[in-house]
Amino acid sequence: MRIALFATCLADTLFPEAAKATVLLLERLGHEVVFPAEQTCCGQMHVNTGYQAAALPLVKRYASVFDPYDVIVAPSGSCVGSIRHQHSMVAAAYGDAGLAARAADVGSRTYELSELLVDVLGVEDVGAYFPHRVTYHPTCHSLRMTRVGDKPLRLLRQVRGLDLVELPAAEQCCGFGGTFAIKNAETSTAMLADKMTNIVSTGADVCTAGDASCLMHIGGGLSRLRTGVRTVHLAEILASTEFTS
Amino acid sequence: MSTFLGMPATAPRGVGHLRGDQTFPRAAHDALGNSQLRRNLRHATTTIRGKSGKVIAELPDWQELRDAGSAIKADVMARLPELLEELEARVTEAGGVVHWAADANEANEIVTRLVRETGSSRVIKVKSMATQEIGLNEALEEAGITPVETDLAELIVQLGDDKPSHILVPAIHRNRSEIREIFLRAMPGVDPALTDDPPVLAAAARRYLRETFLSTEVAVSGANFAIAATGTLGVVESEGNGRMCLTLPDTLITVMGIEKVLPTWRDLEVFLQLLPRASTGERMNPYTTMWTGVTPGDGPQNFHLVLLDNGRSAVLADTAGRQALHCIRCSACLNVCPVYERTGGHSYGSVYPGPIGAVLSPQLTGVADNASLPYASSLCGACFDACPVKIDIPSLLVHLRNQVPHPPAERAAMAAAAYTMARPRLYANAQRAAKLARIAGRRGRGLPPPFSGWTAGRDLPEFPSQTFRDWWAER
Ligand code: SF4
Repeated sequence: MRIALFATCLADTLFPEAAKATVLLLERLGHEVVFPAEQTCCGQMHVNTGYQAAALPLVKRYASVFDPYDVIVAPSGSCVGSIRHQHSMVAAAYGDAGLAARAADVGSRTYELSELLVDVLGVEDVGAYFPHRVTYHPTCHSLRMTRVGDKPLRLLRQVRGLDLVELPAAEQCCGFGGTFAIKNAETSTAMLADKMTNIVSTGADVCTAGDASCLMHIGGGLSRLRTGVRTVHLAEILASTEFTS
Repeated sequence: MSTFLGMPATAPRGVGHLRGDQTFPRAAHDALGNSQLRRNLRHATTTIRGKSGKVIAELPDWQELRDAGSAIKADVMARLPELLEELEARVTEAGGVVHWAADANEANEIVTRLVRETGSSRVIKVKSMATQEIGLNEALEEAGITPVETDLAELIVQLGDDKPSHILVPAIHRNRSEIREIFLRAMPGVDPALTDDPPVLAAAARRYLRETFLSTEVAVSGANFAIAATGTLGVVESEGNGRMCLTLPDTLITVMGIEKVLPTWRDLEVFLQLLPRASTGERMNPYTTMWTGVTPGDGPQNFHLVLLDNGRSAVLADTAGRQALHCIRCSACLNVCPVYERTGGHSYGSVYPGPIGAVLSPQLTGVADNASLPYASSLCGACFDACPVKIDIPSLLVHLRNQVPHPPAERAAMAAAAYTMARPRLYANAQRAAKLARIAGRRGRGLPPPFSGWTAGRDLPEFPSQTFRDWWAER
């Protein structure tokens, strides 16, 4: 299958390993990945901070860049949620009904990585090997906006060598929330503290998730506290094989 | 009083409790430093969440009930004026008197006048968010009338000279040893040997309240529901103190937000299932009291209904924002909110704390007056999933953030980011420039404001040697 990759601005700039892993994984499974170079950002930060007008050109850009593709994937439950649920809303709010319809249509063809693998490609065992003790944080937007459900867990359970341990209070927010972590830094830190306590309590070496943003926040905290636990994007675990990990 | 010019007015300043004197981050700073408060809150919200989750799981049709609740409320909002007129007519026919209050000032004046007319200088109160919202207790006290709260938690708050911090459990921020101290300090005639055993504390409150019930002729209540078709008002509660107030006195004055009306008696079927399970985690609340006007020889002989607007028409006028008026004040959104659990209710500066407060208060006061509240959420969405009437609080937060007056520096930064992101070549250049800037600096060092709060508790990620798009271009 020919699949267009939306790398997301965060992965493209700061966490390229997550986007690279997505490419390598899909190619290993026999698919063709294309990267439309005119892509930039989904505009979620602008929408969620109260700058819908500023987000409008980004919504327009996403819809036109990805319209030619039948299947689009992003290694981010959060961006996919925004594309699906906020793009047409922003377009409609500024009176562009044509764009709203196109954004909704492109949005319905945009999948988060675990959705693409399980729902579209019908695969749960991607042939990965990752010999570590791993705990999974579902991330709020993957869980409640994009509704990826237990698909990431189903994929992780098939990874050879991986010891999956359950995260207590997994569904509680880690406190990132985009600009929330800046505007309400202290509250965000208090939420992160509890999340880190729960992660450390599992005895895992690695905390994984489907969103680079939450992992940046959690990983930044785990690193500051010198916990010895690292964060790895779900795509990287799924892309690992006996020879690459 | 100003002339009505056709634009819905927001709640007036200087009266009532919808605005705090600090921004949310500032108030949260104090709360976060109070470990006792955080322990009390974590314990209480975790317990309620567990109870509620269990009884909700018993109902196979919970999602359908939520849909039904949401549909009924949407219908009510679509024809609110008509339903209110119907309610007024039925209440009047049944021997009640209906008063319309445009805002907090008017409502306080009406209630104060009505109490004065009875010649009483003391009223007993049924727990009510509407009277908290308008600051009725303060207004009555100023007029020389003593209001006595009869809900146990509300009484604790009143005696402690404190403010409620939760819709349903106003004293959730207190533990029992704190409550014992408050009783010893402020409860008239309390036994000095009082312990902090919950039954002992409850007995002390009961003794004090019994005396008050039997010697007070006027009661003030709120209402959970009003049935337009029959003019019936309803209060649901757990303690029975409300029922004492609603049945014993001679005069009953009910202050009700105009959004509480329901078309028919049958609609209660949905809400009496949704409310107790979502709020207290009970299958059915212990006391449901309903009354229609006055009945000679039975219950209060004078009944007044004050219909309160106080910004609600302004909320109704916003077709996207009006779903905040669907709220049945169950507090489920507070109990699941990770922000509320850490900061407590006082940080929100309004009688409506938590997720619903973060959207409702700014709407009632005008967004500019409560500009930090729509940001008091990480948009995690737990509130939306918990809300028994399916209010999409995260979308409402985003909707309101778009109306907030933004700080100029932030506005400039966001505009610059959007400009860059809209131009791929500029964007790729910016990625490279950012990388160079980071390499020039030292890892682990903090970022300048406004990002300094983030780096105070977290390490920045190391900048990768290559962006994804550069890697892609090279392969
Ligand atoms: S918004 Fe929903 S969950 Fe929150 S108090 Fe109102 S009805 Fe309950």
